[in-house]
Amino acid sequence: MCGRCDRSPGKEKRETMAKKNDSGSKTEEFEKALQGDQAKRYVLRLYVTGSTPRSARAIRNLRKICEEHLQGRYELEVIDIYQQPELAQDADIVVTPTLVKRLPLPLRKFIGDLSDMEQVLKGMDITLKS
Amino acid sequence: MQQGKQRAYEELRLEKSPTGIRGFDEITQGGLPRGRTALVTGGPGTGKTMLAMEFLVKGATEFGEPGVFVSFEETQDELIANSASLGFSLPDLCDSNRMYMDYVRVERSEIEETGEYDLEGLFVRLSHAINTVGAKRLVLDTIETLFSGLSNASILRAELRRLFRWLKDKGMTTIVTGERGANSLTREGLEEYVSDCVILLDHRVTEQVSTRRLRVVKYRGTEHGTNEYPFLISERGFMVLPITSMKLDYAAAEERISSGIPRLDAMLGGKGFYRGSLVLVSGTAGTGKTSTAAAFADAACRRGERCMYFAFEESAQQVIRNMRSIGLDLSRWVKKGLLKIVGQRPTVHGLEHHLMTLQFMIDDYDPAAVVVDPVTNLTQVGTITDVRATLARLVDHLKGRKVTILFTSLTPGSADAEMTDVGISSLADTWLKLQNLESGGERNRAITILKSRGMAHSNQVREFLLTGEGIDLVDVYVGPEGVLTGSARVSREADEKAREAALRLEIDRLEADRRKRRALLEEQIARLRSEFEGEEKELEGRIHLETLKMETMFQKRKEMGISRKADT
Repeated sequence: MCGRCDRSPGKEKRETMAKKNDSGSKTEEFEKALQGDQAKRYVLRLYVTGSTPRSARAIRNLRKICEEHLQGRYELEVIDIYQQPELAQDADIVVTPTLVKRLPLPLRKFIGDLSDMEQVLKGMDITLKS
Repeated sequence: MQQGKQRAYEELRLEKSPTGIRGFDEITQGGLPRGRTALVTGGPGTGKTMLAMEFLVKGATEFGEPGVFVSFEETQDELIANSASLGFSLPDLCDSNRMYMDYVRVERSEIEETGEYDLEGLFVRLSHAINTVGAKRLVLDTIETLFSGLSNASILRAELRRLFRWLKDKGMTTIVTGERGANSLTREGLEEYVSDCVILLDHRVTEQVSTRRLRVVKYRGTEHGTNEYPFLISERGFMVLPITSMKLDYAAAEERISSGIPRLDAMLGGKGFYRGSLVLVSGTAGTGKTSTAAAFADAACRRGERCMYFAFEESAQQVIRNMRSIGLDLSRWVKKGLLKIVGQRPTVHGLEHHLMTLQFMIDDYDPAAVVVDPVTNLTQVGTITDVRATLARLVDHLKGRKVTILFTSLTPGSADAEMTDVGISSLADTWLKLQNLESGGERNRAITILKSRGMAHSNQVREFLLTGEGIDLVDVYVGPEGVLTGSARVSREADEKAREAALRLEIDRLEADRRKRRALLEEQIARLRSEFEGEEKELEGRIHLETLKMETMFQKRKEMGISRKADT
């Protein structure tokens, strides 16, 4: 079985879901991305492995960041790759936990339990409110 | 302590997982350690990925063991394309669930490290891949790439250690590839984690010719050769040349086969060459080496045996055409499939590559006789020591298979004819020297047997004649002016004939004389006899007469006595 050619049902489903939420085409996304920091919509996916302390810590840290900085303009999906291992390959996950910022572009990956918040915010291009 | 260790090794008695790679399983006595991890390391472009890929492909196709290929450097499309050039169709294997490919990309520029992490993601992917196809074999190519993508080396090291243990627990026969470091086997010291089997690939260039070599650096629980084995990557995959036949333990055949030249067979103790021996035919240009070789090939085909003819100077068609001029029709053997003429110049490849190609072609065709014409062309692609060593290997390999080999060797005109520049004469069992004898304004070919192991052979120089009906050997004349060949021989032959005729005449004359004298004598005897017979008769008559006279005299005396009344 050729991994990359494989379109698992899970992926299909999730992609349609993502499309619905993304509300539109790439051009629209791109235009939106041009509309400045405040208008940016964040599509985030966090890949964890079950309920290990490290996973739990990553989820907790991410929730905190989202609530504090991205209120109302983020979409977060937490994926347990123990449950859906095929998604690990689709998203090219090597290290856990990994946070993938699908939008706004460019795509970025944050590995680790996200405890270095400053690093995360910098990488997410979120300017701290003074 | 040492003994205890030894015993522990024996108890381990590793089960092997055959790689199916030509030659590799021979040198490792069965393949890679089953259920363990082997490290394949080497510089860039040494063939690590190809070795690993073939291990998986052969596992899937020949040994019923599906495999997972995890690539950290090449994408799937690249791998598919690269493997196609070796004759492997990866998409087919993937579609039939015999192989699973996963490309793991770790791009440092996309990654922010924000805290503690582990490689569980990789574990999950491996586990998923393994379960999907029920894999028994796994390749990680090249896992060291992770070190350039992730900065926390201590986490990585701990995780890799955990990974290898996990793979061992899963019973996966694994190949991990590593890039060779400046002073270590791998850049990141992977050899610390992989302790069962380490294989080093090397690719070096000597005198503008590249050679690939493989060495088993370590193989726990297995006796393995420490030599470097040449290998090549061809359109038929990865091939290692095992040097198992260096032991000289092949059986010596008693059977003798014809050289294709009846008179030469006669010189070789009347029976020709030994089967499975190496015959070296050396000589300067134009002495008839190729013709001798072709006669030998023809004889093999006549016996119904397969023969492989490597022509390094001529194309197959050219060999056939030229040999037709001396009455050898090789094309019929080619048509029958008994003869394969391979015409190519050795300079296009490196020596090792060339000899291995030769050997694999021979192995595939499985001939009873092999001709290499001329073997000296190989020196153009390698140093003499290399050529000697590699030829010895080829020869031993072939002798082990009871293949009779004929090498022709071109001696440069200036050099001593008995100095073959390859120095392979010591390998040869039978050495025929062809030479041009120049005298009386012409050149003539001559042949001598310099040596022939294990048989009584002629020490004579024979003139070597190429005729429209084939090769013929005739006696040469040795006179006060040296060896005579060609027209000098012919004129000497005429001289001899004249002298013989004269002698014959003289003998006839003497014989006639003898007969005449005898007749004369007989005649005299007869005359004497008849004369004597006359005399004898006369004498007999006289004797008779005298006897009568005497008797008459006695009678008269008696009668007189009676009449006188004598008292006697």
